[in-house]
Amino acid sequence: MSSAKAELMKYEEALEKFEVVIGLEVHIELNTKTKMFCGCANVFGDEPNTNVCPICIGLPGSLPAVNRRAIESSISIGLALGCQIAPNGRFSRKNYFYPDLAKNFQTSQYDEPIAFEGEISVEVPSGKFFTVAIERAHMEEDAGKLTHIGGNTGRIQGAEYSLVDYNRAGVPLVEIVTKPIYGGGAEAPELAAAYVRLIREMVKGLGVSDARMERGNVRCDANVSIRPHGQEKLGTRTETKNVNSLRSIERAVRYEIQRQAAILAKGGTITQETRHWHEDRGATSSGRPKSDADDYRYFPEPDLVPVQPSAEWVEELRAKLPEQPAARRKRLQLDWGFSDLEFRDVVNAGLMDPIEETVAAGAKPQAARKWWTGEIARIANAEDKEVSELSISASDVVELANLVESGKINDRMAREVLTGVLAGEGRPGQIVTDRGLEMVSDDGALLAAIDAALAKQPDVLEKIREGKLQAAGAVIGAVMQAMKGTADAARVRELIIQRAAE
Amino acid sequence: MANELIFKNASELAGLLKSGEVSSVELTQAHIDRIESVGEAVHSFLHTSPASALATAREIDQRRSSGEKLHDLAGLPIAVKDNLTTLDAPTTAGSKMLEGWIPPYDATVVKRLRDAGMPILGKTNLDEFAMGSSTEFSAYGPSKNPWDLTRIPGGSGGGSSSVVASFQAPLALGSDTGGSIRFPASVTGTVGIKPTYGAVSRYGLIALASSLDQVGPVSRSVLDSAMLQDLIAGHDPHDSTSLPESLGSMTEAALKGSVKGMRIGVIRELNGEGFQAGVKQRFNESLEMLSKAGAEIVEVSCPSFEYSIAAYYLILPAEASSNLAKFDSVRFGLRVAPEGNPTIERVMAATREAGFGPEVKRRIILGTYALSSGAFDNFYGAAQKVRTLIQRDFDAAFAKADVLVSPCAPTTAFKLGEKISDPLAMYLNDIATIPANLAGVPGISVPIGLAPEDGLPVGIQFMAPARADARLYQVGAALEQLNEAAWGKRMMEFAPDLEAK
Repeated sequence: MSSAKAELMKYEEALEKFEVVIGLEVHIELNTKTKMFCGCANVFGDEPNTNVCPICIGLPGSLPAVNRRAIESSISIGLALGCQIAPNGRFSRKNYFYPDLAKNFQTSQYDEPIAFEGEISVEVPSGKFFTVAIERAHMEEDAGKLTHIGGNTGRIQGAEYSLVDYNRAGVPLVEIVTKPIYGGGAEAPELAAAYVRLIREMVKGLGVSDARMERGNVRCDANVSIRPHGQEKLGTRTETKNVNSLRSIERAVRYEIQRQAAILAKGGTITQETRHWHEDRGATSSGRPKSDADDYRYFPEPDLVPVQPSAEWVEELRAKLPEQPAARRKRLQLDWGFSDLEFRDVVNAGLMDPIEETVAAGAKPQAARKWWTGEIARIANAEDKEVSELSISASDVVELANLVESGKINDRMAREVLTGVLAGEGRPGQIVTDRGLEMVSDDGALLAAIDAALAKQPDVLEKIREGKLQAAGAVIGAVMQAMKGTADAARVRELIIQRAAE
Repeated sequence: MANELIFKNASELAGLLKSGEVSSVELTQAHIDRIESVGEAVHSFLHTSPASALATAREIDQRRSSGEKLHDLAGLPIAVKDNLTTLDAPTTAGSKMLEGWIPPYDATVVKRLRDAGMPILGKTNLDEFAMGSSTEFSAYGPSKNPWDLTRIPGGSGGGSSSVVASFQAPLALGSDTGGSIRFPASVTGTVGIKPTYGAVSRYGLIALASSLDQVGPVSRSVLDSAMLQDLIAGHDPHDSTSLPESLGSMTEAALKGSVKGMRIGVIRELNGEGFQAGVKQRFNESLEMLSKAGAEIVEVSCPSFEYSIAAYYLILPAEASSNLAKFDSVRFGLRVAPEGNPTIERVMAATREAGFGPEVKRRIILGTYALSSGAFDNFYGAAQKVRTLIQRDFDAAFAKADVLVSPCAPTTAFKLGEKISDPLAMYLNDIATIPANLAGVPGISVPIGLAPEDGLPVGIQFMAPARADARLYQVGAALEQLNEAAWGKRMMEFAPDLEAK
């Protein structure tokens, strides 16, 4: 495994020489109350190994029983992807030894997925639409979580010892696999991210997953291959595993295109392998070799009977499908009155949900948009985080917007309040009080400061009287400075003009 | 001198308990005494729980004396095969891998025994993970045949068969993947049933081959087994493969015990030809008795049965290789750390090397190969096709006959050590019992006398369509009576007295 940064070809040059083909595998962790095959709670963040039982830690004699809710969620996902639903689907065992896998096989659907052959339309930031063909969506169970102690790689190799938490073992997953996606061209990285964003919105809208990427509710493996333009045979692909943010997906795909192009241009060959994405250095590194002959010794799971959803059940679930993401986008844009450009920015920044919540909590749409796409997004970006990872709620933003609207604080103060909220100092109103940020709108105090400023710039009043209102600006600036930004600038302006009229 | 109670059948003892003539404590103690006197020689048990059995017995006696209505089997002691999990006793599956492991849960069938108030005397021996026909592959040494302690008690459930045949328990639970209840019953003169696949919950049964395994009763009479099946059968939400519907009362079927008008199909491919002469002789005599009692004996053909052992020894190892993967030292059971600075892979490998015996390793390797991508179609895939053909053979045969019949095994009990180094010879013991597991249909072994050449018990096997277990109890009970009449006493009364020095 080389940790040195690989040689990269310039992106534009790579696209000139090669056609990009991507394929995406997205794992959705379902938010069912209990696990896939047992009655243990499906909860994130509990004490390790507290949500476990003989079944999910694979004790001798235990047997799985399928969670009906998980099947229902999987069917809903399949339907939302435009897939056909298999009337008869078996589970299989995928056999391999790994300490996070309690039974040393994963119960998964192999050749009989519950949903297959669908497609969805994905809009990329440029406004262009791509049709992504879905090969399948199948059910499987998650593995436990390993923490490697000692060593410096955080991986099992070189670790002194490893800890296993089986709380996650047996949590239901749906894996959505696309067919190869051609024609993305320069926009392939954005398309990959936009696709995952759409899937996220979709499963969230269905209510079947919490869809929080930072918690691993949505995990993406990105397959990338390139081939010289005009070549029919697909290039050798790499599979970059567990890319855990939308931004990383875009960066990882771009990186792989550039890395592979550099190798091919030199006459080298691409190794078929899994790769790991390193957010910190913006690079992928070699994982383990992966050939199509990886032998998992799949065979039908004999402990489970086939899943046979009735046509009536499927139709019932189809009738209950919520609004599709594309329709929802259309409706929200109309409701909020955003321009196409404004709305696209909102979508691409992944801010539709928080803005919707903020508007629902009482903010004006433009105010909500201003805060989320402006200062909050800026801070998230600066801290290299997803907006959802910041500790600010929709109601905080509503309160903040109201404080500005009512003239209690100005924009500069509002930014300071925001910093306070993110630092966990409390609600915006509280922070205004604690930090003494309220604007001075007491005319007496303002007039004293104005008169002091006018004394230093005696010609200003004369200029105003001559109709040169912009001359007030210099005095406003001086007043603001004197009052350390707490003055209500609009009121100061009014008072200066009054003085001139006296 | 043993308490005469222990020689009675379970159904008789149940009556004595119910009427209050005998207390559960007295009965349980009588069996504990018997275990004390013959247990070591027969080596049926891997673990005994006299204290907890007596505690259950006392509780049942109290509840009975307070007038509570109890289950028909309440207070009747029982032994449980050691591949069924028990909260209060180690469960080893006959393997070093699980030495001393106490499960945190009861198997569903064990829970049903407890709910009915049956004192559990202990856990019975088996070939490691139920892989074998003699108990010689138990990591804790073989059990002996009470009819001749130099012979095998059958396997894998030789612990359960020998415990019942030596009167250490009136009833036992077994598990049957290819004959592990029926073959031991056949060679010990006891009754054993593999119910329809799914009739009894497998939850808590340490899996050998999930699609073949089935828990069932072992006893000294057909009626006894019927009562036990009625207790343990029925849907279990923990076992997805368990049947949702009830199969009716086996006890009623056993009590009916008539074969008048019943069509009994002799399987041409398993008619005793090539089997031990005495086995074939007793088999033919029983057919004659059944015919005289009003049954219609017909001949059926099941040409695909010829391939059943080959198919079985691909499907079973394939499933077993996967089922046994969990024995990796990480969460429970044996852990062996190799020298030096071991990686997880090396710990897993060292543990499995030390913890599994030769037959288990043989089957894991065979099964791993049968599932590998290059071999899958020709091995596991082909075996599944054979399985379908065997099911079709059964369908065709059951169109002509209500039940099918064959000798249960080719021979009477063989000598300990005789086949241990010849796996293929060992595998052939199950030639008559395997087809029922492959098709999921029920089968029963009933004793039909002693072979003239060696004086050892011979068993007959009946098989019925899936869910028609009741027919087995009906025909089994009828033939049992016919044989008792012909021999002048119960088969087990011919068994040697183990306490006579």
